Amino acid sequence: MKHWPLVKVLPVRTHFKFVRLGKYFGVLSAVLILASLAITLLPFKPPCFGMACGIDFKGGTVLEISTAPEPVDIGKLRGALHTIELGDVQVQGFGAPSSAMVKFQTPDGASPSQTVDVVKAKISQALSPVKFVRTDVVGPKVSEELLTKGVLALGGAMLMMLIYIWFRFELQFGLGAVAALFHDVILTFGLISILKIEFNLTAVAAILTIIGYSMNDTVVVFDRLRENLRKYKRMPLAEVIDLSINEMLTRTIVTSFTGLLALIALAVFGGPTLWGLSVIMLFGIVVGTYSSIYIAAPILLLWGVKRGEEEPEVLKPAKARP
Amino acid sequence: MMTLSKWKVLLVVLATIFGAFFTLPNLLPADARAKLPGFLPSKALNLGLDLQGGSYLLYSVDTQALRVERLNNLTEDARRTLTEGQIPFTDLGQVSGQLSVRITDPGQVNQALNLLRKSLGGELAGVQGGRDVTVSTEADQRLRVAFVPEAFDADASRAVEQSIEIIRRRIDQLGTREPNIVRQGKDRIVIEAAGESDPEKLKSVVGQTAKLTFQMVDDSVPLQEAAQGRVPPGSELLQSTDGYSPVYLVKKRAEVTGEMLVDAQGRFDQQTSRPIVSFRFNGQGARRFGEVSSQNIGRRFAIVLDKKIISAPVIQSAITGGSGQITGNFTPESANELAILLRAGALPAPLKVEEQRTVGAELGADAVKAGAISGLVGLIGVVIFMVGMYGWLFGGVSILGLIVNGLLIVGFMSITQATLTLPGIAGLILTLAVAVDANVLIYERMRDELRAGRSILSAMDSGFSRAMGTIMDANITHLLSAAILFLFGAGPVKGFAWTLSIGVFTTVFTAVLITQVLLAWWFRATRPKTLPIA
Repeated sequence: MKHWPLVKVLPVRTHFKFVRLGKYFGVLSAVLILASLAITLLPFKPPCFGMACGIDFKGGTVLEISTAPEPVDIGKLRGALHTIELGDVQVQGFGAPSSAMVKFQTPDGASPSQTVDVVKAKISQALSPVKFVRTDVVGPKVSEELLTKGVLALGGAMLMMLIYIWFRFELQFGLGAVAALFHDVILTFGLISILKIEFNLTAVAAILTIIGYSMNDTVVVFDRLRENLRKYKRMPLAEVIDLSINEMLTRTIVTSFTGLLALIALAVFGGPTLWGLSVIMLFGIVVGTYSSIYIAAPILLLWGVKRGEEEPEVLKPAKARP
Repeated sequence: MMTLSKWKVLLVVLATIFGAFFTLPNLLPADARAKLPGFLPSKALNLGLDLQGGSYLLYSVDTQALRVERLNNLTEDARRTLTEGQIPFTDLGQVSGQLSVRITDPGQVNQALNLLRKSLGGELAGVQGGRDVTVSTEADQRLRVAFVPEAFDADASRAVEQSIEIIRRRIDQLGTREPNIVRQGKDRIVIEAAGESDPEKLKSVVGQTAKLTFQMVDDSVPLQEAAQGRVPPGSELLQSTDGYSPVYLVKKRAEVTGEMLVDAQGRFDQQTSRPIVSFRFNGQGARRFGEVSSQNIGRRFAIVLDKKIISAPVIQSAITGGSGQITGNFTPESANELAILLRAGALPAPLKVEEQRTVGAELGADAVKAGAISGLVGLIGVVIFMVGMYGWLFGGVSILGLIVNGLLIVGFMSITQATLTLPGIAGLILTLAVAVDANVLIYERMRDELRAGRSILSAMDSGFSRAMGTIMDANITHLLSAAILFLFGAGPVKGFAWTLSIGVFTTVFTAVLITQVLLAWWFRATRPKTLPIA
């Protein structure tokens, strides 16, 4: 077969001028970052600001009920819940027509666990027979702790990445990587706000995973960039950056693609619980790939990198005997 | 690098066997697993509660209530001590968490001080000869009694331990599957019950304090007057569920307590056939109950459970047999439940539910199915893509690495019994999908080196050695974010982090070593002139 394996058909070496477009994409990214910040932070109200707050961080109760095989009578369910005094009740269909989700806040001063018992009794009366397939109750103390932990985790992860990159590369690279990282994380928050994906512990886990992947892509490009900077000492920085990105382009696309394949399968077949997680990570891989090409490396041009101090790498003769 | 040292081959073979061996139990149904001979591994993946169904309950021990109770007891002790010592006093009360009392006769202040020092409080745990209360004099013939700070800490700690013990006893009597009960932090208790589809039952058995006391009804003041706020000192108004009166005025002092019970059973009354709880006292309880009942014939006493009166019968005659029964508004189930609670004993302090997560078994099974299907679809996609991209040989090598990687992760998680959660399944699938990254890095490097004019052997060789640094760097970023996630995550998210971390190690191992060994074999066998990927 002439066209297989595919790698033979792909252009051996691409010569895209990434850096030349960097300005435009930089502006685009800056606009997207501002838009994401606005939509994520407004209204400026803790704990979740513009995002749809899950009970992990807000406290409250989520019930998932099933009246299988009959479809859920949402109207009746709403009616039953109106007879109880609850803060901020949400009722919605969830997955199959025989399932529904009920979310509410525990009224001030009431015991969350007793309130949920009352609510369950009411629902059982209104829709019989009904099964409670999921009950999540998070008290105010725990939600506060989870939020603190979530924020610490995000902050800690970003800091660790900066330190690692700094340690492994030079500071200039570290700043580039962290700029790309902030870019990815902020845009992801924007996506979470726009799609109204519930912001909860799982979402934080997804964002942390994205931090890992975004860094992964950036590190791979930087590795090659560093190597090429030593190899081509007199080539202008912009050209070395373009060369390095082009050299790694096949790899970047192949790896992103396998990740996307798995995540698309998860989003489609993984059910409602994994949907949010997979969508966030899907977006993260796309944005991470984009930012390692258009943000992390081109941004180095803003402040330049130290060159020529390291010893030029001498090509080692390969060991010939198998 | 393309030189095949024996230990590399051995390592690859051993790892593959190891992975397959410990993954095996997961392919067998549970009953077949149980019948496996001892030398075979029998542990399958440890599914989290979100996958097998079950309840996670996080309770906090109300240590504040414990403080209040201790202080109240201290107040009553001081009152009794001073009265019995015939020292007149006034103005006994609590001021900002401490006890304050004014001794009427200035000449008796020292005597009172010594008396209270001698009889109040107990030994401080862990401190030789230390007492847990301090008594000091103040201006205006006042004495101040305070707990030392360590006393409360020691109290709280003991209360948590006791609570766990009592919860365990209660749940044992319920006869459900053995739940996992552990202490968390300073004042919290986590209960994880797999498969429990009825968390309400569990909650009602665990969450009740079940503090039973027998207190005399105080009829020195008519109930109406007491309800208007004229409660005599040493007495209190308590709500009642006995169906006769909504409240009773009772003496604060508990004559007999639930700790003096040795047995309690849910039964039916032989005459009225209504559900009752019968009980027996221990020696001390029987003696006390006998004394109290013989002194108070014709008066009422109240049976109080968690500050609620369940019944307030009139004492007909001295009760000296050491046994009795409680007739309240019971159903057979609630009588039985109360009997269980009384047998297991009272919790030292109230428990509060801070967090509850319950997943039905069906929902968990659905989640496993959804995870398996999406994993299969995603990985088949990756296989097709890799073979399409790099051909049978190089694509196939990375797929083989992928399979061994999967075996290693599942096998490792099975022996360590690390919890696999639903997000963990997602983590597993994602790990496997991007595990081929290492292969891609190696292959692309080989192509670069060939293009730079190297021989096949030298290109393959430096493809490996030069890609290694990048592979390490790239995977350390994953490991760092997984470690942070593990540190700060909770529940299912922790499972996700754990799966990711194991995946990082197995990925580096399989992608590098297995790829290397397989390609070296291929090279030796065929002595190729070109690489099929160039």
